[in-house]
Amino acid sequence: MKDPFLIFFIITSMICCDAQENGPTIQTPKTQDYSYKVVVDSLTIPWGLAFIDSNDLLVTEKSGTLYRITAGEKKEISGLPPVYVRGQGGLLDVAISPDYADTGKIYFTTSSPIGEGKGGHTALYSAKLEGTTLTDTLRLYKGDYNTKKGQHWGSRIEFDQQGHLYFSIGDRGNREVNPQDIARDGGKIYRLNLDGSIPQDNPFVDNQNARQAIFSYGHRNPQGMTVHPETGAIWVHEHGPRGGDEINIVASGKNYGWPVITYGINYSGTSITDITEKDGMEQPFYYWLPSIAPSGMAFSTSGVYPNWKGDLFVGSLKFNYLERLVIKNNRVVKREKVLDSIGRVRNVEEGPDGYLYAGVEGKGIVKIIPKS
Amino acid sequence: MKGLFLALVLTFSAITTHLYQQKPLEDSLSDGEEVYTDFCVQCHISNGEGVPNAFPPLAKSDFLNNIDKSIHALKYGLSGPIIVNGKPYNAVMATQGLDNEEIADVMNYILRNWGNTTDTVVTEDYVNTIAQ
Repeated sequence: MKDPFLIFFIITSMICCDAQENGPTIQTPKTQDYSYKVVVDSLTIPWGLAFIDSNDLLVTEKSGTLYRITAGEKKEISGLPPVYVRGQGGLLDVAISPDYADTGKIYFTTSSPIGEGKGGHTALYSAKLEGTTLTDTLRLYKGDYNTKKGQHWGSRIEFDQQGHLYFSIGDRGNREVNPQDIARDGGKIYRLNLDGSIPQDNPFVDNQNARQAIFSYGHRNPQGMTVHPETGAIWVHEHGPRGGDEINIVASGKNYGWPVITYGINYSGTSITDITEKDGMEQPFYYWLPSIAPSGMAFSTSGVYPNWKGDLFVGSLKFNYLERLVIKNNRVVKREKVLDSIGRVRNVEEGPDGYLYAGVEGKGIVKIIPKS
Repeated sequence: MKGLFLALVLTFSAITTHLYQQKPLEDSLSDGEEVYTDFCVQCHISNGEGVPNAFPPLAKSDFLNNIDKSIHALKYGLSGPIIVNGKPYNAVMATQGLDNEEIADVMNYILRNWGNTTDTVVTEDYVNTIAQ
C-alpha cells in the first residue's frame, strides 16, 4: 500500500464502480447452436411446470388453472382449492411427488384466502391426480397472517434425496416484520416430510415459539429452487429489491439477511440499509446487479446440449431471456443469454428426456433443441 | 301500500347515502399511491417511466387518453401487442385482483402524476360499469 498510484486506483475504483454492476457481465453469443419449439401454446403466465413423463406434463396458470398436457393435448384439471389472485399471487408452483408412481400424488402452492383475516397467504397442498381430477386434496401448510398486500408470495417446490419437500414463501410485502422473525411466516424456506409432517431434525423444532417447518429465513421473494445434481444441496434464488437478486445454497437454520443486509436499494432509489454483510448472516453464492428478476431455476444434467452440462439456467422476467450461468470452483465465471428477447421467462425445468423447457409469459412452454 | 312506500324511502335514502359517501379525491389519491407502490411499481417503476422494450410508461403515456381502456386493462388484464407513445410493447399484464375502489384510486393517482393531468375523477361506480 505504499504505492500512491495503487491507493489512488483503489479509491477511484471504489467511488466510480460502487454498486454499478456485479460481474461477470452478461454475454450475447454470436451464434446460436440451438433452436426452440413451442410445445404448449396459449398460456398467459405459466408459473409452474412438472413432468409426469416426457409426454405428460402439468402446468399452472397463475390466474388459477391447472392443466395436464398429454401428448400435446391440453386439458383443465378440476378439484383445485380456492385460489386468491392478488398482485403477484395466484396459482403458483406444481411438483410431482418422488413416490408418484405408487401414490399418484402431486404438490402445488397457491395464494390462499383461507384462514382468519382479510387477504391471503401462500399455502402448500398435496392431492392425488386421477386423469384430470384432483382427489384427496390436503392442505399441508398455510402461511399466516393473511394480508391484502400483493407482493412476495414465493413460491417454488423442490425435493431432496432424503424424502423431504422444500417450498418457499416470500416476505408478503412486510419486510420489517416477517423475514427475520421465525415466529412468523413469510421470507422463509420451509422443509416438510412428504406427508406434510415436520421432520424432527428441522432446525427450530425445539423452539416452541418458532414455526417449526422453517428451514432457513431472511429471504425476500424466492421464485427459483432446484437440487444440485451432484451435491444434492437445495439451491434457491430470490428477487432482490432494485439490484441484489441472490442465489443462495440454503443450509439448515441459516439467516440470509433480508432486509438487514442486501446489495439492493428501494425501487424509489433510496437506500434500505448501509451494510451488505453482518455476522450471523449468510452471504449469497451470487448476486445479480442489476437485477434480472429471476424466476425458475434448473441445472442441465443430461448432455443433450454439447457445452451446457452442469450449467445453471435461470429465467429473467425483466430482460426477456433465459440466463445460462457457468460455474467453476464455486463461482459464477460466465453468464450468457439463451432465447434472447423471447419474452418474460417465468420458469425453466429439465425434462425427463434431458431437454430444457422454459415457461414464457404470453407464449407457452418452449423446448430448447440443439442443432446437431 | 305502506310496504311500497317504505321500500321507496329506503331505496331513496340508500341512493343518497351512497352519493354522499363518494370518496373525496384527496383520499382516493393517497390510497391510490399505496396501491401503486404495492402492485405497479415493480414494473412501471416509481417515476412511471416503465422499462424500455418491456413495460410501457405511464408518465405522459398516450395509452391513458382512453381511460376506459386503461380501467379495462386493470380490471381484466391486458395481453398482446400495444403501441404506447409510438413504441411497440408485447407483454402480459395480468389482472392484479384489485377491487373496483382500488382501481379507481390508482387510476386517479396515475392520471395526476409524473406530468399527467386530467379533470376526470374515476369513481368506484364508474369502474363498476366497465364490462369485459
